[in-house]
Amino acid sequence: MSDFSSRAYLDMQLLRFTTAGSVDDGKSTLIGRLLYDSKAIFQDQLDAIEQASIKRGSDVVDLALLTDGLRAEREQGITIDVAYRYFATPKRKFIIADTPGHVQYTRNMVTGASTANVALILVDARHGVIEQTYRHTYIATLLQIPHLIVCINKMDLMEYSQEVYDNIQKDFEAFAAKLNVKDVRFVPISALKGDNVVNKSENMDWFKGSTLMHLLENIHIGSDYNHKDPRFPVQYVIRPQTEEFHDYRGYAGRIAGGIFKKGDEVKVLPSGFTSTIKAIDEYKSEIDEAYAPMAVTIRLNDEIDISRGDMIVAVDNEPQTSQDIEVMMCWMNERPMKLKGKYALKHTTRDVRCMIQGLDYKVDVNTLNKVKEQEELKMNEIGRVKLRTTKPLFFDSYNKNRQTGSLILIDEGTNETVGVGMII
Amino acid sequence: MTKYNLNHLKELEAEAIYVMREVAAQFERPALLFSGGKDSIIMVHLAAKAFYPAKIPFTLVHIDTGHNFEETLTFRDELAEKYGAKLVVGYVQESIDKGDAVEEKGVGASRNVLQTVTLLSTIEKYKFDAALGGGRRDEEKARAKERFFSHRDEFGQWDPKNQRPELWSIYNGKKNIGEHFRVFPISNWTEMDVWQYILQDNIPIPDLYFTHRRKVFKRDGVWLAAAPFMQLKDGEEIIEMDVRCRTIGDITCTGVVESRATTLEDIIREIAATRVTERGGRADDKRSEAAMEDRKKEGYF
Repeated sequence: MSDFSSRAYLDMQLLRFTTAGSVDDGKSTLIGRLLYDSKAIFQDQLDAIEQASIKRGSDVVDLALLTDGLRAEREQGITIDVAYRYFATPKRKFIIADTPGHVQYTRNMVTGASTANVALILVDARHGVIEQTYRHTYIATLLQIPHLIVCINKMDLMEYSQEVYDNIQKDFEAFAAKLNVKDVRFVPISALKGDNVVNKSENMDWFKGSTLMHLLENIHIGSDYNHKDPRFPVQYVIRPQTEEFHDYRGYAGRIAGGIFKKGDEVKVLPSGFTSTIKAIDEYKSEIDEAYAPMAVTIRLNDEIDISRGDMIVAVDNEPQTSQDIEVMMCWMNERPMKLKGKYALKHTTRDVRCMIQGLDYKVDVNTLNKVKEQEELKMNEIGRVKLRTTKPLFFDSYNKNRQTGSLILIDEGTNETVGVGMII
Repeated sequence: MTKYNLNHLKELEAEAIYVMREVAAQFERPALLFSGGKDSIIMVHLAAKAFYPAKIPFTLVHIDTGHNFEETLTFRDELAEKYGAKLVVGYVQESIDKGDAVEEKGVGASRNVLQTVTLLSTIEKYKFDAALGGGRRDEEKARAKERFFSHRDEFGQWDPKNQRPELWSIYNGKKNIGEHFRVFPISNWTEMDVWQYILQDNIPIPDLYFTHRRKVFKRDGVWLAAAPFMQLKDGEEIIEMDVRCRTIGDITCTGVVESRATTLEDIIREIAATRVTERGGRADDKRSEAAMEDRKKEGYF
């Protein structure tokens, strides 16, 4: 971090990535390596985990203790929940969503994946592509993480063999052809020895690609947000009602897609009224245009009744409007999803209720086979579900827009978030 | 960088503003917990931005241990006035007088833990249904597992093993009567981000963050500010040094660092070079490996 000059931050981008793999794949070692080599681990943290490692009778410093923050996790030596870690290089600031890789923790992987630009998929060079790799890759593509980096780890244990690497790449590509993978890269690494993580490996001259860190620093994420289809879910109406701002009526929210410009003709859903943008406010200044994921306040030239949950869109580019929604649903709760079950539903800033109308099939995440004629969706299961909502939603397919294409279901008895859906 | 890209500070700012607006929309009586430290100062600044030109729709809440750096109280009052925000103060001394909290004794005694009692009774008294805090996930390992919208049961307790899944930017603030939420809009910020943001937006902060001459003593490898109610152990000695605070909390558990930083740029350079975390100087975290988790479960900030 010593390369920071105090003003250099203006050119830094934010990249969020998730790591899928188990401790056995060397996931914690890899994260430890990235943090350590980018000097994001501090001395007192290192001292603390050294102490903790000794207390547990381990003679090497266990880097997993850096991410396993809860008492129960430390006691049981497993990761229960998504942990977030941060580091920065002079180019980018990184947020790692570190998710546990066990079978029963699909829900955590889905959570970490929901906001990620990049997924790191770890493959143990000794075992190659296994069932777990399928599962992780499937979830990464289901959640539409724009970029995948397959890290073929423990190359040091396979004599840094190009043949091993080539075969794993071939296997992975064969399998990935069945999925909607947008951008996939491969890196042969040894997290333990540091090959191709931050520094280029001297043991693998045959590999002409970039190191993992170089990829993370340079992968193009500028197109990860939708900048084509203007969508502005109204979050909050700002009406100061003071003398100075007597007539001020602003619609606050975050741009969910596209670009809005001053003067643009817009339509308000569900009312269907049209108007033009009078101003886009960002705190005390007016700006000419706004794009995802900016948080702004929009004012219109006409007085229209608009409230939270409405959506401002371009007149010539509307989202779908319907009460019948089909989603890929991941179930997150111990109480299974039942046919005809009723739930509260949140989509963008809109709150409605819904009923489960149908379950087409469940996906076997290990084989990707569709399992038909199912009555319920249990925790950690994924299936294609038909919903009927009490009021229409304004949405895009999740493939097109992760913000307007996602929703959550809430149990009205317990208030827990029980299901998450990606609109088809 | 292409035209339609935000830099990381803008993206973090947009995220924080979005979360604050969700709180204003989803809750009826939201509060913003204000300690006088830099994180809570930028929280107030972000709240002002989120609702401008309307006033901040949150009540500022300060839990006062009575063991403060004098400067923070002045700063607190001025800030509340500047933004026209309502301020309520919960006094730990009151909780002690009522018998709800018991003062710690001996060397190393601190009212830090007692704040939880006062915080929860203040939330109850004013019927706050959401309390915004400036906690960050990079601060501490238990905080790394915290949600943006973090549910608290009717006893104000956190159940870290049974948290609601939180995906995309859809926040579930549904709760039963008597329960409340803690909300952390700057979860994804690091100490460095906070300082860069203060520099970028030119946000006023207390002088304590810059170098000043102060009477200090060393305990467990950390420099602490000398104050009348702090007992010295044998062998501890008060000396004068040029120091600054990296965090500001209760004076009994806030370490200071030797520093000659007079500007924000100096501070940023210092942080970039440091090898110790911000909370490395916080005696409250050092009580055990899971000190923060244990306090948070009880309802701490």
